[in-house]
Amino acid sequence: MDFFLQQCVNALQWGSFYALIALGYTLVYGVLRLINFAHGDVFMVGAYLAFFISTGLLAPEGLFGFSRELTLMLTIPLTMIFTSLVGVTLERVAYRPLMRKGAHRLYVVITALMCGLVLENGNLALLGASRRTLPELVDKTIYNIGGIAVTSLKLWVVLTAILVFIALHFIVTRTRMGMAMRAVSWDKFALPLMGIPLDRVIVFTFALGSAIAGLGGLLFAMSYPVLEPYMGAMTGWKAFIAAVVGGIGEIRGAFVGGFLLAFVEVMVVAFLPSTFRDLFAFSILLFILWQRPTGIFGKPLTTKI
Amino acid sequence: MRRYTLNILFCAAAVALVWLAQAEMLDGYVLNILMLIGINCIFAVSLNLVNGYMGEFSCGHGGFMCVGAYAGALISVAFFADSALFGEALFAPWLAPWLFPVILLGGMAAAALAGLIVALPSFRTRDDYLAIITIAANYIIISIIENIDAIGGPRGFSGMKRTVNAMADVIELPWMLMWTLAGVFVCVLVIRRLMSSTYGKGVSAVCQNEVAAEMMGVNTNRVKIMAFMASSGLAGLAGVLYAHIYGYVNAQSFGLLKSTEGLVMVYLGGMGSISGVLMAAVAFTLLIEVLRFVIPWLNETLHAVNLLPAGYQLDQIWTWVFIPLMLILLMQFRPEGFLGNRELSDVFPRLRRWITLK
Repeated sequence: MDFFLQQCVNALQWGSFYALIALGYTLVYGVLRLINFAHGDVFMVGAYLAFFISTGLLAPEGLFGFSRELTLMLTIPLTMIFTSLVGVTLERVAYRPLMRKGAHRLYVVITALMCGLVLENGNLALLGASRRTLPELVDKTIYNIGGIAVTSLKLWVVLTAILVFIALHFIVTRTRMGMAMRAVSWDKFALPLMGIPLDRVIVFTFALGSAIAGLGGLLFAMSYPVLEPYMGAMTGWKAFIAAVVGGIGEIRGAFVGGFLLAFVEVMVVAFLPSTFRDLFAFSILLFILWQRPTGIFGKPLTTKI
Repeated sequence: MRRYTLNILFCAAAVALVWLAQAEMLDGYVLNILMLIGINCIFAVSLNLVNGYMGEFSCGHGGFMCVGAYAGALISVAFFADSALFGEALFAPWLAPWLFPVILLGGMAAAALAGLIVALPSFRTRDDYLAIITIAANYIIISIIENIDAIGGPRGFSGMKRTVNAMADVIELPWMLMWTLAGVFVCVLVIRRLMSSTYGKGVSAVCQNEVAAEMMGVNTNRVKIMAFMASSGLAGLAGVLYAHIYGYVNAQSFGLLKSTEGLVMVYLGGMGSISGVLMAAVAFTLLIEVLRFVIPWLNETLHAVNLLPAGYQLDQIWTWVFIPLMLILLMQFRPEGFLGNRELSDVFPRLRRWITLK
C-alpha cells in the first residue's frame, strides 16, 4: 500500500510536468486550431535557458555572484520571459507568414514538426552532446508523511501546476484578453471586424503557452538536473497525448489528461518492465482517438460541406 | 511504341548498372549509394500514394518499413540460416535466388497488415489527428519490436547476409542491386497502374472531398484501406531490401527521423507526382551523401579563415539542422515542391512525343 501511495506521489509530479506542457499545446490549438509540434522543444529550450541563466547568476562561478535564493527568484521570471520570446519568434518567423498566405493547415503542421527538429538538432550542433547539470537552487527537504517520502521540490512542482492552472483559467474566462482568445477560436474572420487585434491575441497566446513551458522546463531541470537536447521530444509527445486525451483545446482537459497519463505511466513502470511505458502511452492515445476523437472534455465539431 | 519507351529506358539503364557492377567498375561505396537511392525511391513513392494522391497526412511511414524489414529478415533467417531462434535452415542454399521473392512478399504482407492499424482509425479522423495516429503507430511499432527479446530487442537483428551470400554462391551477380532495381520498377508500376484504375480515381476523389466522394458512391473506407495497405506494403518492400543490403536491422533506425526523410522527399518532389518524387528521392539521397563531404570541408575552410572559434567543430549533426530548415523554407516559398501534382510530361509537353508517364 505504501508502495502504491509512493507511486501516486511520483505520478502527481510527472503529471504536473505533463500538464504544464499540455497547457501550451491546448492554448495554441484552442486559438489557432494548430498543433504546435515544436512545443516540446520549446520546453527543452526553457530548461536550457534556465541552466544558462542560473549558472550565470549564481555565486561561485557566475558573473554576478548572487545568492541561491536571489538566483532562483530571478531565474523564474527571466526563464519565462526568454522562453516566451522563443515561442513568439517561432510564430512570427515560421507560422504567421504561412497563415497569412492562407496555406493549407498541413503545411503549417509540417513547418511546426520541422521547427522542432531544428531546435533539437541545432541545440545539439551548437552546444555539443555533453550533458549539463543545473546547479542546486533549493535545498531538498524530505518530509515523511505516514511512510511516504515527499521532497519539498515535488510539493512545489505540484503546487505550481495547480496555481498555473488556476491563473490560466482566470485569464481565459475573466479577462478581456481571454475573451478575445475565445473569440478567435470561435470565428477568426469576424474577429477583426469587431475591432479585436488578431495578431496581438495570437502573439499573447504563444507567449503565454511558451512561458508556461519555460516554467515547466525550469522545474523539470530542478527535479532531474541532467539536460540533453532530446529531452523535449519524448516529454513533448507525452504532454501532447495528455492534451488529446483530455480534449485538445480545453484547459481543464490538458490538466486532467496530464495527471491521468502520468498515473497510467507510473503504474506501468511500477508493475511491468519499464520499456512498456511508451507502448502503453501511445496505445492509449490510439484508443482514445479511435473511440472518442475529441477526448474527455472536448465537444464534437461538425463539418459543413 | 511510345507506351514502352520509359520501360525500355529503365530496363536499359538497369542492365547497364548491373553490367557495370558485375564488371566491378563501380566501387562498393557507389554501389551502396545506388541501392540506397533505390530504397528511398520505393519509400518515397509509396508514401506519395497516401500523402500525395490521397491527401492524408501520414508521418509514421518509417514504422511500416520497420515491420517489413523485420518480417523479411526473420523469414530470410528461417529459410537459409541456422539460428537459435528457428533452428536449422529450412531450405538448401541453392534455392536462395528462387525463394528471395517469397521473402520480399512476406515482408510486404506483414507491413501491409501493419498498415491496417492506421487505416482503421482513419475512417473517423483526418488531417492533423491522422498525423498523430500515424506518429503514434510509428512509436508503437518500434516499441513493440524493442520489447520482443527473441528477435534481439534493442540490440537489433542480423543474419540476413547468409541469404545474400547464398545467392551469390549460386551465380556470381550483384543480386541486391538487381532486386532493388526490380523493386523500384514494380513499385512505380503498381502505383501508376493503381492510380489509373477505378480505385485510383476513388483515391483522388477522397483527396478532393471525402464527403462528396462518399455521396457519389465511392466506398471511402474501402479506398482508404486499400491505399494505406498498398502504401505500407510497398514501404515494407523497401524495408526488406534495406535489411538485406545492410545485413542488420535495428528498430531505432526506423523512427520518426526516417519518416521525416520520407516526408521531405514527398514534399520536395511535389505531392501526387511520381516523377517529381523520384527526382526528389535521388536528389535527397545525393544531398545527404554530398553533405557528408561538404561539412568537414566547410569546417576546415571556416577554421582556416578564422570564422569559427578553435574549440568548435562543425559536425554531421548540422545535416539534420539543414534538412528541416530546407523543408521549412520550401513550405514558405514553394509549398508545391518541384513539380506540384504534375508529372514531368505535363511540365515539358514535348516529352509526350517520346514517352507517356500515365
